[in-house]
Parts: sequence; C-alpha cells; structure tokens
Amino acid sequence: MAATSSMFMYSLTIQPPSAVTQAILGQFAGTKEQQIVTASGSRLTIHRPDPSQGKISTILSQDVFGIIRTLAAFRLAGSNKDYIIIGSDSGRITIIEYVPSQNRFNRIHLETFGKSGIRRVIPGQYLAVDPKGRACLIASVEKNKLVYVLNRNAQAELTISSPLEAHKPQTLVFALVGLDVGYENPVFAALEVDYTECDQDSTGQAYEDLEKLLVYYELDLGLNHVVRKWSDPVDRTATMLFQVPGGADGPSGVLVCGLDNITYRHSNQDPFRVAIPRRRGATENPERKRYIIAGVMHKMRGAFFFLLQSEDGDMFKITLEMVDDDAGQSTPEVKRLKIKYFDTVPIASNLCILKSGFLFVASETGNHHFYQFEKLGDDDEETEFDSDSFPPDPTEPYTPVYFHPRAAENVNLVESIDSMNPQMDCRIANLTEEDAPQIYSICGTGARSSFRTLKHGLEVNDIVGSELPGGPTAVWTTKITRADEYDAYIVLSFKGETLVLSIGETVEEVTDTGFLSSAPTLAVQQLGEDALIQVHPHGIRHIRADRRVNEWPTPQHRYIVAATTNERQVAVALSSGEIVYFEMDTDGSLAEYDEKREMSASVSCLSLGEVPEGRTRSQFLAIGCADSTVRILSLDPESTLENKSVQALTSEPSALSIMAMADSTSGGSTLYLHIGLHSGVYLRTVLDEVTGELSDTRTRFLGPKPAKLFRVSVKGQPAVLALSSRSWLGYSDPQTKGFMLTPLDYNALEYASNFSSEQCVEGMVGIEKNNLRIFSIDKLGNNLLQQSIPLTYTPRKFVRHPDQPLFYTIESDNNTLSPSTKQRLLNDTTLVNGDAAVLPPEDFGYPRAQGHWASCINIVDPITAKAVLQRIDLEENEAAVSLAAVSFSSQDDETFLVIGTGKDIVVAPRSFSAGFIYVYRFLEDGKELEFIHKTKVEQPPQALLGFQGRLLAGIGNELRIYDLGLKQLLRKCQAQVVPNLVVGLQTQGSRIIVSDVQESVVYVVYKYQENLLIPFVDDVVARWTTSTTMVDYETVAGGDKFGNIWLLRCPQKASEEADEDGSGAHLIHERQYLQGAPNRLALLAHFFPQDVPTSIQKTQLVAGGRDVLLWTGLQGTLGIFVPFVSREDVDFFQTLEQHLRTEDAPLAGRDHLIYRGYYVPVKGMIDGDLCERYALLPNDKKQMIAAELDRSVREIERKISDMRTRVAY
Amino acid sequence: MADKLRTQQQLEQLQSRYVGTGHADTTKHEWTSNIHRDSYASYIGHPPLLAYMSVGMGECKERVRAGMIEKMIQPVGKPPEVQD
Repeated sequence: MAATSSMFMYSLTIQPPSAVTQAILGQFAGTKEQQIVTASGSRLTIHRPDPSQGKISTILSQDVFGIIRTLAAFRLAGSNKDYIIIGSDSGRITIIEYVPSQNRFNRIHLETFGKSGIRRVIPGQYLAVDPKGRACLIASVEKNKLVYVLNRNAQAELTISSPLEAHKPQTLVFALVGLDVGYENPVFAALEVDYTECDQDSTGQAYEDLEKLLVYYELDLGLNHVVRKWSDPVDRTATMLFQVPGGADGPSGVLVCGLDNITYRHSNQDPFRVAIPRRRGATENPERKRYIIAGVMHKMRGAFFFLLQSEDGDMFKITLEMVDDDAGQSTPEVKRLKIKYFDTVPIASNLCILKSGFLFVASETGNHHFYQFEKLGDDDEETEFDSDSFPPDPTEPYTPVYFHPRAAENVNLVESIDSMNPQMDCRIANLTEEDAPQIYSICGTGARSSFRTLKHGLEVNDIVGSELPGGPTAVWTTKITRADEYDAYIVLSFKGETLVLSIGETVEEVTDTGFLSSAPTLAVQQLGEDALIQVHPHGIRHIRADRRVNEWPTPQHRYIVAATTNERQVAVALSSGEIVYFEMDTDGSLAEYDEKREMSASVSCLSLGEVPEGRTRSQFLAIGCADSTVRILSLDPESTLENKSVQALTSEPSALSIMAMADSTSGGSTLYLHIGLHSGVYLRTVLDEVTGELSDTRTRFLGPKPAKLFRVSVKGQPAVLALSSRSWLGYSDPQTKGFMLTPLDYNALEYASNFSSEQCVEGMVGIEKNNLRIFSIDKLGNNLLQQSIPLTYTPRKFVRHPDQPLFYTIESDNNTLSPSTKQRLLNDTTLVNGDAAVLPPEDFGYPRAQGHWASCINIVDPITAKAVLQRIDLEENEAAVSLAAVSFSSQDDETFLVIGTGKDIVVAPRSFSAGFIYVYRFLEDGKELEFIHKTKVEQPPQALLGFQGRLLAGIGNELRIYDLGLKQLLRKCQAQVVPNLVVGLQTQGSRIIVSDVQESVVYVVYKYQENLLIPFVDDVVARWTTSTTMVDYETVAGGDKFGNIWLLRCPQKASEEADEDGSGAHLIHERQYLQGAPNRLALLAHFFPQDVPTSIQKTQLVAGGRDVLLWTGLQGTLGIFVPFVSREDVDFFQTLEQHLRTEDAPLAGRDHLIYRGYYVPVKGMIDGDLCERYALLPNDKKQMIAAELDRSVREIERKISDMRTRVAY
Repeated sequence: MADKLRTQQQLEQLQSRYVGTGHADTTKHEWTSNIHRDSYASYIGHPPLLAYMSVGMGECKERVRAGMIEKMIQPVGKPPEVQD
C-alpha cells in the first residue's frame, strides 16, 4: 500500500518516450501485411507501415507498466499470424498477440521463472526464437538460460512448456541468436566467456588467455532436454551474432561480428572472414577500427543478404557465395563471404526490412527514419571485398580495406518520424504571447541534434486562402441535391447582402441560384431531395429544384434573430421571442407548425440535431436564451415544442449544437449538446435521447471571445469546431475514443463550415477577417506540434536570455574532431583525389578521434528567424559543461552569459586538465556575444547560477561565490558543502539548494554579514541527482539517474532557524548529526516513472490552469505531476488505482505497485496513466468498478478526464 | 550437529542458486567483484541508464553494452595472491 503522505500528486504522461529499445517486424494482425512493433520505455506500440504512401501510422500504443527489455516475434508452423514474446523486468516470460478486431493486445501466456527486477542472473536480457517457432530461449547476462518449447494443442491454441535449464555458472553472454536449422532439432547460438579461471589466477595470465566461445545449445525435442552441443573459440572482440538462413534456404550458421571483422561460422563449415571496410578521407584515422552495432538479414526468393551497420552509421551488404557442384547447382557448402559498402543511415538500435521494399531505421538518437529501397546495390561501382583476401584465423594480421562514403544511392528517405530522444534539457516559456506557453527542448546527439519547440495543437493543412471584398460575417457550403457527393455552393453573408460562389474547377460568383442577394443570410440548408433553404432576417426562402421560390415572410414588425435547420426541419426565433417551427411535408414543401411558442427571454441561438438514420425528424430543439439558460424542447408530433429540460449557465449562450459523437463510456455513439457561451466557455453535456435530460456537463475555457460552434467532419468522424480567440476542434481520440479538445495551429477564425469538393473531400471553409480560407485536418493522433532547428553538437544545457526570446545552448561531443583540427587536416596538401570531399555531418556524422572534444555555444532564435544566429566554437580541446545568465550588481545589474568549461575531459573515470569560466556580454539585444575574459579554476564547474548579483559556481565539491572583475572573476567566498561533486544549483532568497552527483541535495544558507555559506540540512538517501527545482521555499523536487522523481521538504524549524538574523555562528557550531548536516530532509513523495529525468520545473501549461510540475525524460518523455487539492479526490483515485491494478493487470506481468516503487516505495503519488486506462476497459468491468466506488461510469470518466484537461492537454 | 549440517546445505544451495551469496571466508576482492558485476548488469539491463551513459561517453549503445560485459569478466582487476 502506498505510504500516506501529507501531500499527494497525480502523475500523467503528456508525451510518451520516443526512444525505441527494440523494434520487431511481423504479421501480427494475421494478414499478409507486415507491422512493426516497438518497445519504448514501458510502452509497447504497434505501427502500420503504409507502402502506398510511404508513411508509418500508429495503430495501438499501450503502457505495460514494466521495463520492456527485449521483444521477439515468432510464428507456429502452418500459421500466418505472428505472436510477440516480451522479455521484461517482471521475472516472467509473456506471450501476447495483437487482436485487430478489438485493436488491443491479448496476453496468451505468462510464465514466472524468477525474481522481478533487472538482475544479473534473472533471464530477460536476451531472447531468441527458433525460426520455425518451436522454441525460445530467454537468457540473462550471466549464467541462466531457459528454453521454453512452444507448440499447439488440439484446439490449435498456443502452448508453452515448463522451462528447460541450460545454465552455466560464471559465464557471461555477449550475444544470443536462434540458429536456422530447418526442421531439425532447434539450436541456439551464444557468444560466451567463462571467467572462472580469471577469478582464481592472481598472475593475470588466465585473463590474458581468455577465449570467447561460440556455443551451440541444442534442444532435443525427442528427449525434451537441452545440451551444449558444440563450442569453438572465436575472435576475442566479437560482440554480435546474426543468423544465417539454413534448411533449404542456405548453409545455416552465424555471422560473428567483432572489432574490424566479420566471420562466418558453423559447426560443419570452414570459417570465412572479411574485414569491415574503413572510411577513407582526410579527416579519418586510417587505423581506426569499427564494430558492427546493428544489422538485419533479409530473405527473398531463395536468396538472402545481410545489411550490417558500423558505429559510423555505414551499412554494409554481406552476401555468401556457395560452392557449385558439377552440375552447376549451388551446394550448401560456403565458398566465400563478400562485403561491400551499401549506404549510410543514422545509427540504429534496430533495422527492419519490409517485404514491400522499405527499411525502417529505429534510430538510437534523433528521428526514426523510414526508407524505400531504390535498388539493392547489386550492380554499382562499389568495391566488393571477399574472404579470400583475409585469413580465417582471428589472430592473424591482414591488410585493412577502405571505402569512400557517399550520398545514399540505394535507399531513399520517405518519412522521418519525430523523436525527442535523448532529451537533454527543457524550458517552458511563453515567447509568442499566446494564451498557453510553449515547451522548448534540446534533444538529439551529434550532428543530428536539434532545438525543438512544442506547442499544443493540431496540424492544419492550409489549402486555399483568398481575399474577399468587404468583411463577410458568415459562410456556408451546400450541396444542390441530397445525392450530391460534393458541395456546390459557398454562400457568404455580408452586412446587408449575400454572395453565392459556385465550387468547380475555379470558384466564381453565380447569380442565378435563387438566393436572395440583397439581404444577409442566417442559415443555408439543402432540404429534402433537391430543394434549398435560405433563411434571412425577413423570411425563409424555399428554392425548389425548378427554381420556383416559396417565400415565408415573417409577421409584421418582427424579424428573425436565429435559425437552425437540418435536411427535414427548420426552426427560427423571432425578435419577439417566438419560436416558429417548420417540417418538410411528403411533397417536399415546408409546413409551418400552427402554434408558436413564446420564450420568456429573447433567444440568442438555436440548434436542431441531424435527422437520425431511418427517422423523419430530430427529436429535440435546443434554445439558448438571453437569461443564461438552455432549454430543450420536444419536436415529437404528440408534444411539439413542449419543454423537456432546462439548464442554467454562467453566461448567455452564444452557440448551440446538438450532435451525436463517439463515446468511450457507452462504446457507441451518444447525443451531445455542445454549448458555447459569450464568456468564451465551452460546455458539452450529454443529451438523453429519450427524455431530453441534460447530464454530465464538462467545461473548458476557449478564449476571451464569445464561442461559436460548427459541426464538421474530420477523418469520417463528426467533430465540433469551436471558435473563440483561437480555433479549437472537439473530436474523439482515434485510439481511446475519449473526447479531446485541441486548439488548431491556425489563425483565429470568425465563422466556419464543412467543405467537401473533389480536390478536398474532407475540408473546412472559414472566414478570417477579410479572407476566405479552405483547410483540412489530416492527423488527429498527435496533439503536440513540433518544430525543429538543427544544432551543431550534442546539446548539454541551455538558458534563456532574461528578456529577449532567445536561447543559448552549450553543445559538446566527445571523441570528435574540433573544427580547427578538421580544417588543418583538410588543408594538408598531400590529399589523394577524392579524399577532400566533405560529407554532410547530419548524415555521416563528424570525424571521430579518441580523446578529442568538439564544443560550441549557439544562439538560437526559435521565434522569428527560427535558426541559429551565432556560433562560438571552443578551442584547445575544451568542452562546455555549464552555463548561466548572471546579472552582476557591481556592473549596474547588467546581465552576462557565463559558461563553464573543462579541458581534456575524460568522462569515466572522471579526469581533466583544467577548468575555466568564460564571461560573455550580450550585444544587439542578445543576438551576439562578446567575449570578456576567462578565469581558470581547478575543476570544470558543473553548475553555475546567478545569486544576489554575483555568480555562484559549483567547482568539484566546493561552492563558490564570484564577483566580476576587470581581468577575471574574483573569488569572494567558498565552502565545501557536498561530499562529491556539485551538479546543480537552485536558489530562493539567501537559500541555495546544492545537488550532489551522488548524495542527493543539501540546503545551504548564505550569511551575507559573515560572508559564509553554511549547509544546514541534507538527505538520508543517496540520490544520484540529475535535476532539481524548488517547489516552494522549503520543498525541492528532483530526479535521479535511476529514473526516480522525489519531493523533499526541510523541517519547518530548521528552515526558520537558518534564516534568523545573525544566526551564522550558531549554525556553524550546531552539532552535526551522524556526520552530516544538523538536520535531515523529509521525503514527501516518491515515484518511478522509468525514464531518467533531465529537467523538472514548476509551471502552468494551459491558460487558467493550476501550477504543475513538468518533468522531461532522457528518452523523450514529457510528464506532469498535478497536486491534489482535496483529500476526497485522493481517496477516490487511490481506490480506483487499486481496482485497476487487479482488473487491468499490467500486460507484461509486472506488479504495478512494485514497478512504481522500483527503488523506493511509491509515496504520495497516484499513477494517472493507470487511471486513464479505465476508459479502455470493457463495459462490464467499468460498471463493476463504478459500483464499488459508488459512482456512475460517466462520473468516473469525467473525474479522470478533468484531472488532465484542467491543467494539461 | 544435524542442524549445522542442514544450515550448511541450505547455504550451499543458496550459493549455487543466487550468484554472489557470500560465505564466512568471502574476500574483499570477491565481494567487490560481485558488486561491480551486479552494477554492470544493471546498467546494461535498464535501457534508459544505458542510453544515459552512452550519451555521456559519446559512444553508441551497443559499444557501451559490449564494453560493460567485457568489464564484468574482471571488474576490479586481478585477484590477490592466495596466502596459505
């Protein structure tokens, strides 16, 4: 049970991680079409590649609440559906299938084999399946290997055996793969090292002589037993194995990939070895050897090839040549191994080749790429190297081979899928003066890194925009007959006239349509089979197909103020407050209902629903009155215009719309009344289809202008377009069917209507000031829009200019040549032809060299220029490690940019030759930087911060205060406050929160009079802090390297004592408590979100929303913590969470509570991601939980969705 | 005596099942080796942690992974000489 706490927070994911741990390919839906399943963090996602458009779309994404480590696809013989095996941290093997009809994952088997968690000897690190789907092997890094036999029973259901052990103690596994042996006994190949002898031998000789073995484990299906069948030493540096097709398709065996070489090995074949070609170029070190880091084997019509990727991103095509027999037929005996350069793609964690001729590259960092094959590199001019030139013995030397990297010839990029992995830092700021702030983030590595701006909104595809004379007030589109597929007219209403445009090849004005052009229009409708209706202030014009016009005039001295129509009904409100109702007769004429209904207040808006399929009329008429009420009237012939229900509102309604929309509660479609208010508030209530009762009202603030509502259709679904100071779209989420309201990334519109033509089947037409705009919305799945500005090297940190919308990033890349060294090498005159070509680093990476650093400072303008304005390169092998914008009171509070650097840094074990602090002055409103001076310090300063008009720097384990001098920074004060290394600083008043790399945070108080820095409270747990923020004066929120987020609070008494006047001496002489500071921090909340938090801050995300804690994760996660206000809500969500844990147990078999308390038990946190799964439960389970909680299903769903929509997206 | 024997057997069983279970004569080298091997296995096994380290070191994940398994062979150097 979660420990109680005085404070509770609700954790929600705004954007799931985008790093792909593993990607697998298979026919998971049981059709011929191939899908890609990816694991990112704890999420399992199935994607559908669309070969015709060259796009990838997400079908289903599910949080399994466990760490997914490995995935494998397998298929039982004779079946056409692939199952998925998940190796996770649950200590269990999970087999799931994708059920396309219900669009969900279904768990078939869950077998426990060990402790949960990620441990050295608990299988789950490696997973290999027999290519014929008869067995799988799940292994740990050391010792344990378990083989499960997969089979099917008489009912054709998948069965799994109890595990067979193939353990070998003190043996490390480097790689594991299933061997293709056709239908012989399944064999698995592993790369192993036995360290037993090294552990005993004190001379070190055993370690020197250590061999790496390629071991075959055979599963004897007859005896139901696993044996170590064959083992043979291979290259000591080997790290990867790839399966070579066997049976009828090839010779079987494996490719063993080591440093600079690839060897073909099999128990009954000779080894064949080729070298990995090295890059040739002026800036390349000819001695540098590479590893293979990813690869894929592809089989097609009797042939097969490998694409193996080196650590530079270069892909090599490997083929095997077989010995021919006398008849010229190829035998299963291998003759030689061949390798040649194929193309260069981003460094991948997985490569997938689709049968439809596409290549999916799950990038290790940055965007994932989707390529189409142009050719397979069969007849190009690339040199092919074969195994004849290389000795098969790994210890024998050979002459290295080289190639020239070139632009891609064989693959063509068709889609780049946004990924924010790794996300290094993030800031929330409102730089565009919109009502909601934007998220600015730095992500990626090397030359593929980027500065991204994230904005909540839907992407709008602008199709046409044209200026109109005068300012139109309203726009409609209409068909001419009911059978028409597309709209024929656009009707525009102006102050005193109406303009009709016809839609065709061109859009032009038409006059002979029967519409009254001398008056403004209130409504336009295609009525019955082939008639049109125009409602204008003084009557209703009924235009028949033969252009005959029937006019219904308003009674004397009255005019129409509001009108609503559907294809069979018309209702208008007169200035006197009367409602006149018309219905279409069988002969197509409009019949007025005899009685008029008089409303007590003037009517401001009306709405009729669509006529439901198979009915003759819509049942209800909604009327919005100036007395801030909405009334529902019945249109039933027995009770026409009788009151059904009334709802009071907070302000006068400005628009109404009755609409049926998909609903997650009932699973089908529900009638809703959408209400827009003058105050800019939007409400959505459920309208009971029988009684007309209104219930379950949900409210959102759209903007300060009166809200207008329009019924539109997006992706075949009804949606509501709500216009205020911004345009919003209300739609049901394609995956969860839950209602979403998202702003459009578009200009503010004044009026809009659905639009359908041959060119644009599902569009919208809107009025923006004097312009008519036609647009469409193509993607509903993603409501966070990204804009990206390329950066130079891996960004580390960034700060914002104190006033200007500019950011300063520090970037550095390890083992990379700096620009000056690169230039020097290029200027070398001894260049051979072809070596001088400089390849674009975005595709090919920077030239690498051990021990070199390339680092720079970039000024990024994300608003106007959307580019990098200035770049300052650091020389002398220095790398920037920290930065801050500091205002110095000694310089009349002028703000300077301060950068901390380190020289000759070695990351692990940490070493360096010096550290420096650079000071730059902002010029041209921050668009340029001027170097002032640099100060040498003992260690690279890992943290810098402006503090009371001076600079606070964390140098090693010391905290220092510097003031700005003429020649350098002047040290004013220093103290040793943490045990290891200061990595972060936060401040409020004279309190400083110092985070240590290893020992959590320490609160330090600065005593100005005595000029002393005194630590007064520290933590009891060693937290490897990555980021912190002060939530209030006493509380700090932070994250650590193991993926925890925590809130710590200083005891009230200690906090007050620290700030007492003249207490410096007292604080210093206070007795230490257990060799630490005199006081200890108390833990308020603790949570394991899985990803490594890289930044955390307290901010608002939506206009009028409360403060939340937003954290960003290394793998691209964006998450928030929302504080609970009332204890009742906490109790409700705690019980809900409890029910969901049992009713919707995590897919991979991990216990949810233990997962969220991975290192430290969960405290003071409710997992909102789990609560949101309530909407996806089957109806009976929903009902059951609702009954337990003593609430209705709707109420629970509303509470869950409110938690999100009130503060975030 | 039977109790002592059973305890002994139980301990041996634990030692064979759970790698790293200590005994009365565990040396510092054995103990630290075990801790380091556990740590490396954990770094490799947690994908975000591996990614974090690979970004820090400026190497790709696969190389960092292979390097760490390599270090698991002899994580804290040669064992000390046995003195009898």
